[in-house]
Amino acid sequence: MFEQLVDGILWDIALVIFFVGILWRIIDVLRRGTRRDLSVPRNSGVPGAIMANIRGFFPRREIAPRVRMKVIAGYMFHLGLLILLFFAAPHVKFIAEHITGFSWAAMPYWAFIVTAQVAFAGLILLWIHRLLHPVTRLISRRDDHVGAILVFLVMLTGCMALAEISSELRVFHRFTVELLMIYFPFSALMHAIMFVPSRAYSGATFGRRGVNL
Amino acid sequence: MSTPLERGVETLKAQVDARVEAYFSSCTGCGVCAEACLFYLESGDPRYTPIYKTEPLRKVWKNDHTLLGKLSSSIGLSEPMTESDLSDWEELVYDGCSMCSRCSMVCPVGIDIAYLIRKVKEGLAAAGFVPEGLQMAGERALELGSPMGLTEKSLRNAISGLEKEAGVKIPIDVEGAEYLCMLSSAEIVMYSEYITALSKIFSAADITWTLSSKYFEATNTGVQKGDSGLAVQLLERMVKVATELKVKTVISPECGHAYTTFRWDGPNILGREYPFKVMHILELLDQLRADGKLKTSGSFDERLTYHDPCNISRRGGVLAQPRQLLNQFATNFVEMDECGEMNWCCGGGGGVSSNERAEPLRLKVFNIKKRQLDALNVSTLVTSCSNCRTMLEEGLEHNEMENIEVIGLTELLADHLE
Ligand code: SF4
Ligand code: SF4
Repeated sequence: MFEQLVDGILWDIALVIFFVGILWRIIDVLRRGTRRDLSVPRNSGVPGAIMANIRGFFPRREIAPRVRMKVIAGYMFHLGLLILLFFAAPHVKFIAEHITGFSWAAMPYWAFIVTAQVAFAGLILLWIHRLLHPVTRLISRRDDHVGAILVFLVMLTGCMALAEISSELRVFHRFTVELLMIYFPFSALMHAIMFVPSRAYSGATFGRRGVNL
Repeated sequence: MSTPLERGVETLKAQVDARVEAYFSSCTGCGVCAEACLFYLESGDPRYTPIYKTEPLRKVWKNDHTLLGKLSSSIGLSEPMTESDLSDWEELVYDGCSMCSRCSMVCPVGIDIAYLIRKVKEGLAAAGFVPEGLQMAGERALELGSPMGLTEKSLRNAISGLEKEAGVKIPIDVEGAEYLCMLSSAEIVMYSEYITALSKIFSAADITWTLSSKYFEATNTGVQKGDSGLAVQLLERMVKVATELKVKTVISPECGHAYTTFRWDGPNILGREYPFKVMHILELLDQLRADGKLKTSGSFDERLTYHDPCNISRRGGVLAQPRQLLNQFATNFVEMDECGEMNWCCGGGGGVSSNERAEPLRLKVFNIKKRQLDALNVSTLVTSCSNCRTMLEEGLEHNEMENIEVIGLTELLADHLE
């Protein structure tokens, strides 16, 4: 019964909420529009917007030593998660069967274990930092913790499911994924998408003035 | 009659635009911005974390513009805005932020945090939570035309004094001049060498220019305070005199926020383009240099460095010009370790200098600049903003470093004209 629910209607609901929710959030930003900048630009804002989106992946030289731990842990977690999402064998199979209709090479089991450990380590480091550092402790909100816990659960159940201890674990993993998908559009997890317009807006503003963001 | 809280909240609600929406939706609470802020780094107080200073606006956005926020509000689960959400932020925003935008340069998701803080100021100002010094400066700017209370008479007296003293001609209200030079009050009462330097430079380059007696002030207390209504009125005065004098170009003085406000933000605040061009004085000087109209002679051999005013460099994009100008005659020009678009602020921007209450904190955060200067062992510190200049002089005096002389770039250049 629970398995049917998770593999059936709940999945469909999660999928709709996930995509419609994200689309709605994006439209919510765009519909507000931005007024045309009436100052005479020194440069076009377009390269500024594009470059800010690229440069944003690397910390500025001046600040890098102070944020090294955050950057390394951030990359460990985000890259690890992306690799797991697209190259874990069950995910490749699932995507081919349900979405793309074709598949690609999945990573071997040992690579999965290494990647999962790197991603876990990154997530845990970031979370400990969030809880212990006076700045992140002050600015973190319930939403940040709920998002982190959900992602942690998804990863944990995913690892357990891949170990194929029992089929219930696969169902439970899928259930946590569905919860995450439902929560995603309404939460701080939206940063995974919203960083693009954010960097673009700021990059264009600074770029018009001849400053590289 | 609405309460201060209602006025503040309504104003904050009106500030939410696409950028605010995208910015708050992408903040991860990573805290990287704190590591770029002089107020956090020097005080060690996490409340000075840049994004934390935007909390009143974030709260309004969350409660009013997000589905979860609206749902929570409707069932009474969200925290409603209280007066302390505004009053408690007055000190953080007005004393603990110089609007330097350094935080905006480092946010991994690209949030222009200074843009958000500027909007928070609108809400605080509407609710009446503005430091007394800034409030008074705003009133003087509106009534007398200058935040320091200078009048047309003060300007005329200063000009006639300078003309006698330096033997130069300072044109005033000349219709059809190529350039209208706006001033900051500090350049009339404290650094009038700037006006003399302008006269020498324009005469050497053989171009026409003028000051305006009707309205000479380029600084905009409305922007510093977060009062758009006042900002509009002050900008309109500048546009009016420039239009009446039929000038082609208005020159922003050696003042950082005046430049950013007039050059970049002004047309958007007014909602229309200007019928003239706006340049910072350094842009013009560098253009004259490139055109061969401004030749220097001799050299300045003392060890010197350049302090980038945040609003001229980081927020204004005037980065190469001061260096090109200095390199013409300064033989011993050294850069600070973090300069240009990642310079450290003097601590007094964004209206902090008009806010007496903020002085102890301002002098504390000056320690960053002190360390930068200690590392260079310079005897001259050049800058291009009269507000920075005052802050630097005060900071140096406070730290018993008066052996370093602070000087304006325009003035130094005028001393080396061919
Ligand atoms: S650096 Fe950017 S994303 Fe991180 S806390 Fe500050 S504003 Fe938010
Ligand atoms: S604008 Fe400057 S002073 Fe203000 S919060 Fe950002 S870094 Fe700090």
